[in-house]
Amino acid sequence: MKEQVAVPRAEFRSYYGRPVLKPPVWEWKIPAYLFTGGLSAGAAVLGAGADLTGRPVLRTVSRLGSLGALGASMYLLVADLGRPERFLHMLRVAKPSSPMSVGTWILVAYGPGAGLAAVAELVPARWRGTPLGRLVRAAARPAGLWAATMAPGVASYTSVLLSQTAVPAWQDAHRQLPFVFTGSAAASGAGWGLVWTPVGQAGPARRLAVLGAAAEVAASKVVDQRLGVTSQAYTTGKAHRLRTWSEYLTVGGAVGAVAGRRSRVLSALSGLALLAGSALQRFGVFEAGVESTKDPRYVVAGQRERLSRER
Amino acid sequence: MGSNMAEAHPVGFQWVVEAKARGATVFHIDPRFTRTSALADRHVPLRAGTDIAFLGGVINHILSNGLEFREYVEAYTNAPFLVREEFADTEDLDGLFSGYDPESGSYDPASWHYESATAREGRGERAREQSSPYQHGSGGPPLEGGADEIAADPSLEHPRCVFQILKRHFARYTPEMVERVCGVPRELFDEVCRAWTENSGRERTAALVYSVGWTQHSMGAQYIRAGSIIQLLLGNIGRPGGGVFALRGHASIQGSTDIPTLFNLLPGYLPMPDTSHEGIDSYLQLVRGDRQKGFWRNADAYLVSLLKEYWGEHATADNDWCFEYLPRINGDHGTYRTVMDMIDGKVFGYFLLGQNPAVGSAHGRLQRLGMANLDWLVVRDLAMIESATFWKDSPEVETGEIVPERCRTEVFFFPAASHVEKSGTFTQTQRMLQWRDKAVEPKGDQRSELWFFYHLGRILKEKLAGSSDERDRPVLDLWWDYRLEDGDEPSGADVLRRINGVDLARDRALTGYPELKSDGSTACGCWIYSGVFADEVNQAARRKPHTEQGPYESEWGWTWPMNRRVLYNRASADPRGRPWSERKKLVWWDAGKGEWTGFDVPDFEATKPPDYRPAPGASGPEALCGDDPFIMQADGKGWLFAPNGVLDGPLPTHYEPHESPVRNPLYGQQGNPARKVYPRADNPSNPSPPELHSEVFPFVFSVARLTEHHTAGGMSRQLPYLAELQPELFVEVSPELAAERGLVHLDWAHVVTSRAAVEARVLVTERMRPLRIEDRVVHQVWLPYHWGQTGLVAGDVVNDLFGVVVDPNVFIQESKVATCDIRPGRRPRGPALPAYLAEYRERAGITLETGTHLDTSRGSEG
Amino acid sequence: MANSFHGRLDDPAGEAGYAQHPPRVGFFTDTSVCIGCKACEVACKEWNGVPDDGFDLLGMSFDNTGELGANSWRHVAFVEQERPGAVSPEPVELGLPSFDLPGASGGEQTRTDFRWLMSSDVCKHCTHAGCLDVCPTGALFRTEFGSVVVQPDICNGCGYCVSGCPYGVIDRREDDGRAWKCTLCYDRLRDGLEPACAKACPTDSIQFGPLDELRERAARRVDALHEAGVAEARLYGEDPDDGVGGDGAFFLLLDEPEVYGLPPDPVVPTRFAGSMWKYAGVAASAFVAAAVSVFFGRGG
Repeated sequence: MKEQVAVPRAEFRSYYGRPVLKPPVWEWKIPAYLFTGGLSAGAAVLGAGADLTGRPVLRTVSRLGSLGALGASMYLLVADLGRPERFLHMLRVAKPSSPMSVGTWILVAYGPGAGLAAVAELVPARWRGTPLGRLVRAAARPAGLWAATMAPGVASYTSVLLSQTAVPAWQDAHRQLPFVFTGSAAASGAGWGLVWTPVGQAGPARRLAVLGAAAEVAASKVVDQRLGVTSQAYTTGKAHRLRTWSEYLTVGGAVGAVAGRRSRVLSALSGLALLAGSALQRFGVFEAGVESTKDPRYVVAGQRERLSRER
Repeated sequence: MGSNMAEAHPVGFQWVVEAKARGATVFHIDPRFTRTSALADRHVPLRAGTDIAFLGGVINHILSNGLEFREYVEAYTNAPFLVREEFADTEDLDGLFSGYDPESGSYDPASWHYESATAREGRGERAREQSSPYQHGSGGPPLEGGADEIAADPSLEHPRCVFQILKRHFARYTPEMVERVCGVPRELFDEVCRAWTENSGRERTAALVYSVGWTQHSMGAQYIRAGSIIQLLLGNIGRPGGGVFALRGHASIQGSTDIPTLFNLLPGYLPMPDTSHEGIDSYLQLVRGDRQKGFWRNADAYLVSLLKEYWGEHATADNDWCFEYLPRINGDHGTYRTVMDMIDGKVFGYFLLGQNPAVGSAHGRLQRLGMANLDWLVVRDLAMIESATFWKDSPEVETGEIVPERCRTEVFFFPAASHVEKSGTFTQTQRMLQWRDKAVEPKGDQRSELWFFYHLGRILKEKLAGSSDERDRPVLDLWWDYRLEDGDEPSGADVLRRINGVDLARDRALTGYPELKSDGSTACGCWIYSGVFADEVNQAARRKPHTEQGPYESEWGWTWPMNRRVLYNRASADPRGRPWSERKKLVWWDAGKGEWTGFDVPDFEATKPPDYRPAPGASGPEALCGDDPFIMQADGKGWLFAPNGVLDGPLPTHYEPHESPVRNPLYGQQGNPARKVYPRADNPSNPSPPELHSEVFPFVFSVARLTEHHTAGGMSRQLPYLAELQPELFVEVSPELAAERGLVHLDWAHVVTSRAAVEARVLVTERMRPLRIEDRVVHQVWLPYHWGQTGLVAGDVVNDLFGVVVDPNVFIQESKVATCDIRPGRRPRGPALPAYLAEYRERAGITLETGTHLDTSRGSEG
Repeated sequence: MANSFHGRLDDPAGEAGYAQHPPRVGFFTDTSVCIGCKACEVACKEWNGVPDDGFDLLGMSFDNTGELGANSWRHVAFVEQERPGAVSPEPVELGLPSFDLPGASGGEQTRTDFRWLMSSDVCKHCTHAGCLDVCPTGALFRTEFGSVVVQPDICNGCGYCVSGCPYGVIDRREDDGRAWKCTLCYDRLRDGLEPACAKACPTDSIQFGPLDELRERAARRVDALHEAGVAEARLYGEDPDDGVGGDGAFFLLLDEPEVYGLPPDPVVPTRFAGSMWKYAGVAASAFVAAAVSVFFGRGG
């Protein structure tokens, strides 16, 4: 991905070059959560599908990965709060106008499903016969399917979370980010599967990796080229570097997954690449957002551009 | 002019904004574009120290074009009066007036007097030492024969009448001259003249506002004289929407001159007796004059009542009312002289009450070295100010000039109660007394001034009790029984009542100064305040909202004298007592009722008709005609020309400031020939033309305030909410000067004079403009002076840059204009600093002589 | 098309659920009479106990506050704008801030003099408030006066409001973790008093009162200024049809908003919520479809 050749720098005025907006107060934990949340969702759908089509290793790996990623997500979200001890305050309201509130409830709905399905995988052999053990294992499939139906929400709501802010890079990309994020979620879930699953069962993961990577990269390109002034936030600086590497790793991982479909090692490496690429994409998008709040150009020139278009 | 009103009086400035909203035009004439300029209709930049040239230009414009308010000038000013033949103007003597004595650097004003009047006070040098003009404060200087028929030409044509002298004196103050001297473009100057004159006269009035930008000059009194001349010529004095407003520099500092903390005044601007007064009679004769008009005639009543207030039953007719108890002055006991005396070992004790000279007075180093040579120092303040800690953290400790272990001064710090922790009055610029109630109790050891002095007096009396030494009698005999409340706190209301004055026999509060007697039956702490407690009511505590009373709000607070809001408001009516116009009526004569009436309390005898003429030989108030609005003046008129009372000339004249990079373009006389200089090794001056090497300090600098801080910073640098608004000392320079000296925005620079070097962060701004003066560009530099070593935010003391040179009339230091150099980078520290300054002084050729040759006119030797 | 997320909304308090409530109040800040005294900043901090914001000389004219934030709920901006013809040498690198002085480019044709703009900025208490819309805990709420207030005992510092504000007003306090902003002195309003800043402002630059009245007054003031030849006077945030439905605190400015650090065309992010969720839905469906499709067919 080439750095964008300079779009003529818009003439604009500002107050001593200072930002108009506040930069997001979120730190690395939030883009990290975007990654782990997407991973959890991707793994959940793979796990449900694997369950239904008799691919036990893929199933187990996916279900455990899904819960693990969810656990990490919970930690990251709570730890990033200014007052972590008050995280339960999220449950005081259910507010459709707030993507974070919507997301909170999606996660609340999703969690038990993913959790139960994963716990079922962890029931030790000697307890499987017990009534509880049998109950848990019986509930695993419905739980996993339930998680899979909530997973698309988990994978996609975060794009609205970022877009429904004043952050120019995120708001202006609100048509593309959902595809970037769901594609990334799919690719990372698939990647996780590729790392741990024998190649014989990993077919769906390989195919999902290709589909997810394609969606992610395509949508990403549109972001780079079609957003006017805002695109520069994605195509310059640290955001650009992160996303360039993300693209290499994601495409490389998808290609490697297909090319190495008979090689366990290649598959695993591809899986790692896909995971890394997905993470870097999230960090790149995040960084673009932060940058678009720090340089007043994005707000002032961007809005002036919009005003002159509308006239 | 000489004021940054929005900056320093933001709450008062709302009325300017209100006036603008009602159609007034606001001009701001100032070296700097300030927050006031931002809201003015027009900012006129001019070189610091050239206001008289500007105002002279306006006077010339008025007189050359016949724009004066003729009837007002003829009837109410001394324009028609003839001046004696011996008088010679600056036109004749290259910048000097007649009567100058180069030896003493002072004038004998005898030749300035009217043809038909004399003054007893021709004591040039003594008057200059004691700042005698200040002693005539709220009234007029003495002028024998003021009550007599004064030789005059009502047609204003006679070559020796004041009007023609004025014309001649200001003839050279042309618009071209204004441009050359002040740097004000011609069109801008013309705009000001037009606006000022077009908005004066019967139907319209213009107001002039000034503050310390005018007073803190070596001829500050003349700046104000110049402004007053314009306002008199245009008929703006005593009229609504007109006048000259002095914005004082602190809350209640008006009160501290009315009930004075000044060495040469007694309350109500009675002069302090000096060693030339043989007794009460000779003193009173001087003040009352003999053949003078006006209310100073009753000075005996004012003085005797004051003495009764001081010494109560001990003051009797037999002992001249204890007049002998009053200390006598015999020279300059001004604050700067006193500090120099401290350095010279002649003063050993000092009380500092809400004052921080280590930061707030000119020549900070002099102040601190003075305080370091005391036996004891008492500081009363809200915070531990630099004047209390100088012995351990002043710049002199760093340079080694003060060694804490060896500094002999014992400092006693008394925490003070703030204004919400005590009750009392504030007296502000408008002469208004407003009573404030105590809101909270002071904490710990904090106490009010009243408590401190009352108990100090009480303890001194106890310690001296039983003494037979005559010297102790003035303290022992003090009438000290003020009422106490809340334990041992003296009652402010009781003190105010005693200031108002009481009829001693009936213990009844007086209603005003006309009730004061010289027979010992009345006591009064300050005659101009008499009336503030009339009818046993604390008039200063009245708070009737403006929505419920007339336009002059006579029932909010109380103004001196006698609650008159606009002084000399007799002048708002014509000689026949009718308002000059319906639109501008204020007070007028009601023939039916036989009294003056109107929107304000008339500043005139209530029942004296406009056509009243005094009997021959009358004096005092009886000698005032029905059309003499200036009731304190010896001749009842406003003085365009001051035959007495101003030590540096009867007319304002442009002189360059004591330190200036420019040779006076108008006369050979460079600076104020009568300014007070203090030639001492520790008080050097930068050279000014015709002295050589003035280019070592080529820039003009000025110092003033920021809204966010308060004076020496003792009250504001301690508070986080103020400290964060202006956290660091900075110096403002124009982009052009920054380029010339290599100064970088927000980097360090230091300003250098022969006294000190002060470092500050650079603020490059276009609000500072270089000015084209004569044939060259003059750069100006500006700093705020609020910083010292203590507090949440610290910085160098800017007042260290100034030396001590004062206006001879009032002893105010010239701290609004001086010369300097500015260099990038931080200043030297420790012993390197004095070395750095010494090197500058050597390059500039500075000796004890520099700045001391006052007479540079053509006829001089210098 | 107006709905409760964007467009004209005459009664935000009613919309928020108050059956009976006092008239909506707010600020009209007439910057043409601001003297930059910062009494508003100090009064606000005194009344609300807001901590100081650090002692740093910013060198932005007399502005050492910098911007609104968790510890600055009123911020006075200072803009020095060019003057004609100076006695100046060639432009030299002076270490001036490396941007054009605000107003130096694209100036105003009607202005012929040097001028110093001063303006007291504050939370706009928008009709459609981005911060309020996205708050997931309900800490931010609409008061009966139409203002927007954060409840410090509920806020868990998620920081979403910080990114939701199109004016860059609200922020999280560092050592405290919670979000803070101007409350329009809610406690004073409930006792029938005006906010501390409006009370302290000596020139009545900050005017407080019912919003309708303020809008009328502002329109008259702008007309008066135009008649007096100040063509660049304009209102900002007053229009109920703008991107946030009009501000509860609006301004009279003497130059373009970005010169003062304000966004030229602020829009409440919730404006596009419908579209955003729609796209997310499509992407989610695609996600599902992909996930299902990969299990069909042979091969591993």
